[in-house]
Amino acid sequence: MGYQASFRVWRGDVTGGQLHDFTVPVNEGEVVLDIIHRLQATQAPDLAVRWNCKAGKCGSCSAEVNGMPRLMCMTRMSTFDQAETITVTPMRTFPVMRDLVTDVSFNYTKAREIQSFAPPADLAPGEYRMRQVDVERSQEFRKCIECFLCQNTCHAIRDHEDNKQSFAGPRFLMRIAELDMHPLDTADRQRAAQEEHGLGLCNITKCCTEVCPEHIKITDNALIPLKERVVDRKYDPLVWLGNKILRR
Amino acid sequence: MTTQIERHEYDVVVVGAGGAGLRAAIEAAEAGKRTAVISKSLFGKAHTVMAEGGIAAAMGNVNSADSWQVHFRDTMRGGKFLNNWRMAELHAQEAPQRVWELETYGALFDRTKDGTISQRNFGGHEYPRLAHVGDRTGLELIRTLQQKIVSLQQEDFAAHGDHEARLRVFAECTITELLLDTSAGATDVPTIAGAFGYRRETGDFLLFAAPAVILATGGIGKSFTVTSNSWEYTGDGHALALRAGASLINMEFIQFHPTGMVWPPSVKGVLVTESVRGDGGVLRNSEGTRFMFDYVPEVFRAQYADTEAEADRWYADQVDNKRPPELLPRDEVARAINAEVKAGRGSPHGGVFLDVSTRLPAAEIMRRLPSMHHQFKELADVDITAEPMEVGPTCHYVMGGVEVDPDTAQSRVPGLFAAGEVAGGMHGSNRLGGNSLSDLLVFGRRAGAGAAAYVDALGDDRPTITEADAEQASAAAVGPFERPDGESPYALHQELQQTMNDLVGIIRRADEIEQALHRLADLRKRAERVGARGGRHYHPGWHLALDLRNMLTVSECVAMAALERTESRGGHTRDDHPGMDTEWRQYLLTCVLRDGEVTITKQQQPPMRPDLLDLFEKAELAKYLTEPELTGHRKPGAGGGGTAAAAGTPEGHN
Ligand SMILES: Cc1cc2nc3c(=O)[nH]c(=O)nc-3n(C[C@H](O)[C@H](O)[C@H](O)COP(=O)(O)OP(=O)(O)OC[C@H]3O[C@@H](n4cnc5c(N)ncnc54)[C@H](O)[C@@H]3O)c2cc1C
Ligand code: SF4
Ligand code: SF4
Ligand code: FES
Repeated sequence: MGYQASFRVWRGDVTGGQLHDFTVPVNEGEVVLDIIHRLQATQAPDLAVRWNCKAGKCGSCSAEVNGMPRLMCMTRMSTFDQAETITVTPMRTFPVMRDLVTDVSFNYTKAREIQSFAPPADLAPGEYRMRQVDVERSQEFRKCIECFLCQNTCHAIRDHEDNKQSFAGPRFLMRIAELDMHPLDTADRQRAAQEEHGLGLCNITKCCTEVCPEHIKITDNALIPLKERVVDRKYDPLVWLGNKILRR
Repeated sequence: MTTQIERHEYDVVVVGAGGAGLRAAIEAAEAGKRTAVISKSLFGKAHTVMAEGGIAAAMGNVNSADSWQVHFRDTMRGGKFLNNWRMAELHAQEAPQRVWELETYGALFDRTKDGTISQRNFGGHEYPRLAHVGDRTGLELIRTLQQKIVSLQQEDFAAHGDHEARLRVFAECTITELLLDTSAGATDVPTIAGAFGYRRETGDFLLFAAPAVILATGGIGKSFTVTSNSWEYTGDGHALALRAGASLINMEFIQFHPTGMVWPPSVKGVLVTESVRGDGGVLRNSEGTRFMFDYVPEVFRAQYADTEAEADRWYADQVDNKRPPELLPRDEVARAINAEVKAGRGSPHGGVFLDVSTRLPAAEIMRRLPSMHHQFKELADVDITAEPMEVGPTCHYVMGGVEVDPDTAQSRVPGLFAAGEVAGGMHGSNRLGGNSLSDLLVFGRRAGAGAAAYVDALGDDRPTITEADAEQASAAAVGPFERPDGESPYALHQELQQTMNDLVGIIRRADEIEQALHRLADLRKRAERVGARGGRHYHPGWHLALDLRNMLTVSECVAMAALERTESRGGHTRDDHPGMDTEWRQYLLTCVLRDGEVTITKQQQPPMRPDLLDLFEKAELAKYLTEPELTGHRKPGAGGGGTAAAAGTPEGHN
């Protein structure tokens, strides 16, 4: 059952770094994060890694395993060949802080740029009524654990440093879609999505959807419908108003 | 090594960014106080994110017979009447309002057919009471509060051109010490003056000057090997409070959740939500028997079914049938599983079977329990729609915590407040599922309001930090680097966990607890010699070295209180004192630090208000209370039950 695995882990900081080789025991049922923890406990006590729940619920342990953007706590060792060398590197779109930990503050800045939920003025707490079918669309997007793997993967951010200013990225465009589809939100979000948050820069490659550990259909269910709404809207501003009123 | 310190001044500093901390910060900020929130992890990742099943609030959306009085009764029963009744009362009254408020922040709960918030069944709750979003309720709670904070920051940006003008989040920062003003000022007792800590990223030091500090640091589970808790749960807030002169109560009461994963080893302890049972899942032993029917204790006989047929009918008709025994309070179920495994009727990996696959259609399981399905599929190769899960008890929640005033959440130390899991009293000896999330909101809000009022009352007469205290705190923090060849904190941590797990775990005995106390004393000496090497940038070994001190102090409190309480009640089971003792119910065990040593005193509880006593039948009370305590109870035939009028109007719903 147990075996010795070869690991290559990137270590370094803002000034640079390199891959380090380790040989480390692996037991049945373990995940990559277990192995990183074993390295900490036995070989590299100062190996930096972010984690929290170890159950795929908090979105802290994002990294790239053999180049694939993954949650380390949900990547089982049994998915690799025992002879394979496993390479663990930090997410590459965000600046490295140390070892596997990156500076994800970009995402918190973007979150702050999106107008918050605008509650209806005429409803007191306890008076909200919404049908399950109407909340389900937004609920899908609220499953997001903010692991930022989609942000890490989207080429519009990854390959175009200058886009970081004008492009919110899939996670936060999805947040706009979530609010736009919220049955009781009163704000007009479509113009801002296009003009302030760079919806137009997304060319629906679906790379974000592929890496989402929550299996949220980011592109199909959030980004494309949002684009369609924006287009409809260009022809007829009443469509937006009509949608809102009917959905109440 | 530089000891450069980054300095800040705030009205209110909230330590912790879970549900309690964020709700407290919102309240303090809305009361006009400049507020800082400090968190060991990133913003939006606190432990609360892991909560699954739901948030308890007597909104009566699914069964209109529900009311705060019924919720109050359930909470007291669950806690075996050791609860601070005033906290249980406030909690039951205010929880609906706090949940509805979340909707105005943008939360999207699952709905009933009428479009109101849907509510599900949970252990110990008489009616369907848990508002939920599938099985990811904690995520919804955290994200909603996080987004509310962002919305307050956007308002500040509009008004002051700076998002952080009045409310700032310090993510990935750890507080290591609270600072006091000991000069006799307006009061003669030491008062809170601020907090000291470090940035995890850089290792740089932080000093906050603030007249009010709210502890919202969560629990202590990382002192045990098998736990559902994350690395954050090192009992920092409990230890900080003790060192600042506050008291802890009820530390012997630890909730072992009956259903944690038992296999594979690397996920042992990870939680399997109680909703599995609330939605119809049943427990079986290796012989295929639904063994919980054999474990219904006398005090609960009247509410739980005797036969499988009746239990199964209950899901559809709760009026004419009694509840399935799988939904007994957690302490009962955890002990039952433990006993089955001990008797040799366990599952292959040392648990029992939890089966929902034969109880609900696959599609329904996928809809109601999506993250459980995901978790078992990904981590254990088990498809819960087709086969049973293997589960066993896991250390989950600490009922004990900082002793606070129920209304303001203030501790014995002026200016020090506590809310959420780090506070004690609300849940008595055992917490009901769903009662934590509601606790976070109710008492988080009260702590924020309490702190704001305290700061207002101080006026300009603010306590001050001394340089000597700041220097001492920074010297203590760099200590491990002065011992580059010192012992590994990881090894020590493992020994501590094993000690607590084996000797002060779910079933306890005097000789074993004494043995644990010896080992803890030894570990404490060794902890003074743990070392760290290298730089201070994001250094997990160093972080653990500092956390160890807290874990050891808190573990000592748990063990000492467990030794002292010679009865079994809720989350404290003594093999050598198996019965519940009405005499003991009147007392709480209180821990304080005296000259750096944990000392314990027995403290009498205030008697329950008569109108609250009247919510119960005398016969039931007699199982928990002594004869003299019953004298305040209504005369027979004088009404009561669910209809007794309580002092004070409940906020919102009745
Ligand atoms: C798996 C699981 C499922 C659960 N499900 C439910 C459920 O369905 N319903 C329910 O009611 N309850 C549930 N609970 C219990 C509930 O989630 C917790 O009790 C609750 O979330 C605790 O919240 P809190 O605000 O007190 O602290 P937390 O959310 O744990 O937050 C603590 C905060 O304090 C910070 N902190 C700690 N120490 C320091 C320090 N020294 N310096 C700075 N910051 C610090 C942490 O970083 C964190 O931000 C569950 C618990 C678990 C583990
Ligand atoms: S679909 Fe759009 S947002 Fe997603 S990765 Fe492609 S370009 Fe980026
Ligand atoms: S949308 Fe998916 S990939 Fe993106 S941050 Fe959220 S959970 Fe992660
Ligand atoms: S540690 Fe929480 S998602 Fe991996």
